[in-house]
Amino acid sequence: MTAIAKSARFKRYKNLEFILGVLLTGGICLAVLFSDLLFPDGGDKINLMARLTAPFTDTAHILGTDPLGRDVLARVVMGGKISLQVGILSVAGAVVIGVIMGLVSGYYRGFWDMIVMRFADVQLALPFILLAITFIAIVGGGLTNMIILLIVSQWVQYARLVRGSVLSLRDREFIQSAQAIGVRDIHILLRHLLPNLIGPVIVLMTLNVANNILLESSLTFLGLGVDPLIPSWGGMLADGRTYLQNAWWVSVFPGLAILLTVLGLNLLGDWLRDSLDPTGRTSR
Amino acid sequence: MTEHAPILRIEDLSVEFGASRVIENLTLSVSPGKTTAIVGESGSGKSVTSLSVMRLAEMMGATYPSGKIIFEGSEGKTDLLALPQKKMRAIRGKDIAMIFQEPMTSLNPVFTIGDQIAESLILHEGMSKKDALKEGLRLLEMVRLPDAAQLLNRYPHQLSGGMRQRVMIAMALACRPKVLIADEPTTALDVTIQAQILTIIRDLQAELGMAVIFITHDMGVVAEVADDVMVMWKGKKVEEGPVKDLFANPKHPYTKTLLSAVPRLGAMAGEKFPKRFPVAVMDGDTPRIVGSEHIQNTAKYDAQPLLQVRDLVTRFDIKKGIFGGVTHRVHAVENVSFDIYRGETLALVGESGSGKSTIGRTIQQLQKATSGNITFDGRPFASMGKADQQRLRQEIQYIFQDPFASLDPRKKVGFSIAEPIHTHHLMDGTKQIKMRVDQLLERVGLTSAHADRYPHEFSGGQRQRICIARALASNPKLIIADEALSALDVSIQAQIINLFMELQEEHGLAYLFISHDMAVVEKMSHRVAVLYLGQVAELGSRQQVLENPSHPYTQRLLSAVPVADPTRNVNRTMLDGEIPSPVRRVGDEPAIVSYQEIAPGHLVANAV
Repeated sequence: MTAIAKSARFKRYKNLEFILGVLLTGGICLAVLFSDLLFPDGGDKINLMARLTAPFTDTAHILGTDPLGRDVLARVVMGGKISLQVGILSVAGAVVIGVIMGLVSGYYRGFWDMIVMRFADVQLALPFILLAITFIAIVGGGLTNMIILLIVSQWVQYARLVRGSVLSLRDREFIQSAQAIGVRDIHILLRHLLPNLIGPVIVLMTLNVANNILLESSLTFLGLGVDPLIPSWGGMLADGRTYLQNAWWVSVFPGLAILLTVLGLNLLGDWLRDSLDPTGRTSR
Repeated sequence: MTEHAPILRIEDLSVEFGASRVIENLTLSVSPGKTTAIVGESGSGKSVTSLSVMRLAEMMGATYPSGKIIFEGSEGKTDLLALPQKKMRAIRGKDIAMIFQEPMTSLNPVFTIGDQIAESLILHEGMSKKDALKEGLRLLEMVRLPDAAQLLNRYPHQLSGGMRQRVMIAMALACRPKVLIADEPTTALDVTIQAQILTIIRDLQAELGMAVIFITHDMGVVAEVADDVMVMWKGKKVEEGPVKDLFANPKHPYTKTLLSAVPRLGAMAGEKFPKRFPVAVMDGDTPRIVGSEHIQNTAKYDAQPLLQVRDLVTRFDIKKGIFGGVTHRVHAVENVSFDIYRGETLALVGESGSGKSTIGRTIQQLQKATSGNITFDGRPFASMGKADQQRLRQEIQYIFQDPFASLDPRKKVGFSIAEPIHTHHLMDGTKQIKMRVDQLLERVGLTSAHADRYPHEFSGGQRQRICIARALASNPKLIIADEALSALDVSIQAQIINLFMELQEEHGLAYLFISHDMAVVEKMSHRVAVLYLGQVAELGSRQQVLENPSHPYTQRLLSAVPVADPTRNVNRTMLDGEIPSPVRRVGDEPAIVSYQEIAPGHLVANAV
């Protein structure tokens, strides 16, 4: 196989990756965004007559119903609201804080670095559940607090990752040559360091989105999260567990929603990472 | 050509990576007891040739559309290309051994030297561990490593680069191979150490009667070690012959341009000033002469010096122990003083650990000085505020050794060249800046279209041109070139030297030229400072230092440089010993040398 044909094939694959990623993520986001219009009753209407309808048997409930006769499709779309908010906002917040902390402590080293990293060590040593229970006990539950909790417990991962990359990059000659020219630190951090270390950060981000969607349901299960009556993918997954033997659809469809969202984000993240790297090689 | 039958014959070999053919119809024979040098520039296929002989090229995805590699082994003639990898494994290391360029990465850091030598002996010769270690000791003594018994228990990081390369040679020779392939074995080493290694390889070859394939880009090394030479260009053999004939009477135009580009130490004896020489450039298949001879009389000695360095000391603390106390210091620079005048090139030469780069980095404010005074353009460093320091970063520019590493891989080169202009607000308006970038690119021999490309899309020489354009962008007065030519092929190097000298004349630039390559230094510098262990051993005009070297270290350094002239009788006495380390215990200060002026402006350090 020639190198040119290989690279053309790689390019085609990249384009496919991008299109699929956009279709999946975009479709899910649109459905969730317009969920109030699509399902004015919010999927809360209980119809015990139609409880545990199998999917694809009733046009009113395409994806079937749950033990209380609520429409699974409506609940999956409505549940995306909470899940996507938690998944995306918590990761975004953690990335912003973690990347800034990592850049600063890796580039300047010294006292600030020591403080940040010892704090990070302590944070990593604290069991998450303990932190969660303490946090919610002090400030209370709810969506915002849960997102804050996830940011607080996860920024450390990004900070450590970014700091490690900065430590190896800052001794590279192109950083030194920028310093030699007199480029301001803020420009070195944002224009030279950040683009060169963003690849692994994007990978970690996409993985954490999925992780946090599931964490939300565990926290809700512990009574630490949002109102358990509001549907969310993780919550539906947990609820459907007891019916898995005879009504698989109750938990499989929210699970499928998580899978497709994460797959879409992964494809987009992969595409983004590769298109940010002008050398065109895949860095894994 | 030889009295022996060839031991290894490469016949009509072609190698392909994907669809690109990197070696085309190559034929070569190697005889026992002879050294065959394969010469060529990067990308000419010389390494792929050797990797094909070892059948290691396949692991990188090579295929062989045609050819045979006939090896006269212990079991008669075999075609190495037809052997399965399993049988090949028995030949590799036993009959054909290889030493690589980087002795640092070729040794496994977690095993002792003894274990690593013993490994191949146990594997190929079936020795017991005890016998293998005994044999290892003999091998280390054979490559003349002092304290061989001690070394067996040491780890690679405890050895210097030259010692590691000797260990690699000892390992390669462990099974008494019939063919030794040496792929740029001395390129990463200092000249005095290189001279040691070359002597060892030559002596051992005579002792063991093996054939050596010596791959190098350095014509000086070729002239010294080779019996026969094969010149490769773009994957093809363009010329081959005995070394003396080839140097005296090159036939192919490429060989001619290659030989004309090689700087020869001593070629400029009697010249007062550095000189630009016309360079032959391969234009397709025919050489084209670029530039003309021109005397570089640009230095302005009547004015105040541009840069004055007085008693500069730079040390690095080494913290050890639980409490992080300073136990040792690296005495990188000790009491160094020199001046640079406008339009002048001052060369700092020395081997690794001599502190030459640290001096450059201190002047560029990449490194803080421990003590001493530096004055630039009448302004002392000590009294400078933040704004003055920033202005200095515009007036002094630094060019690094590796042009690829010093360009941000994620930024287009246009951005990189414009960066100093933006940083120092030298110009306004996107259009003007773009025009300036285009103009700079054209000045260094590229085109404005190159501004939209990324660094990896350029060749090594082009990248160094980009780095020069970037340095020029801020209208500097002084450019510090830290081994800026070392990573380039000779023909490219000759062009860049001329570019440096043209720019010096156009802009009245001063250069601090940091280098270990004496031949290049001779070609382009006005004055030379020789550094040894952080102190200046000798300082004077180019003629004074190179034609009348008066410090023993300068003499030693000059005698170690391989000269691209095979008729010169190489009969140097074995230079023994390592370069001493600049690391010292706290309180153990090095003695500061005093100087004697043996001629106007020619300072020589007294023996301590």
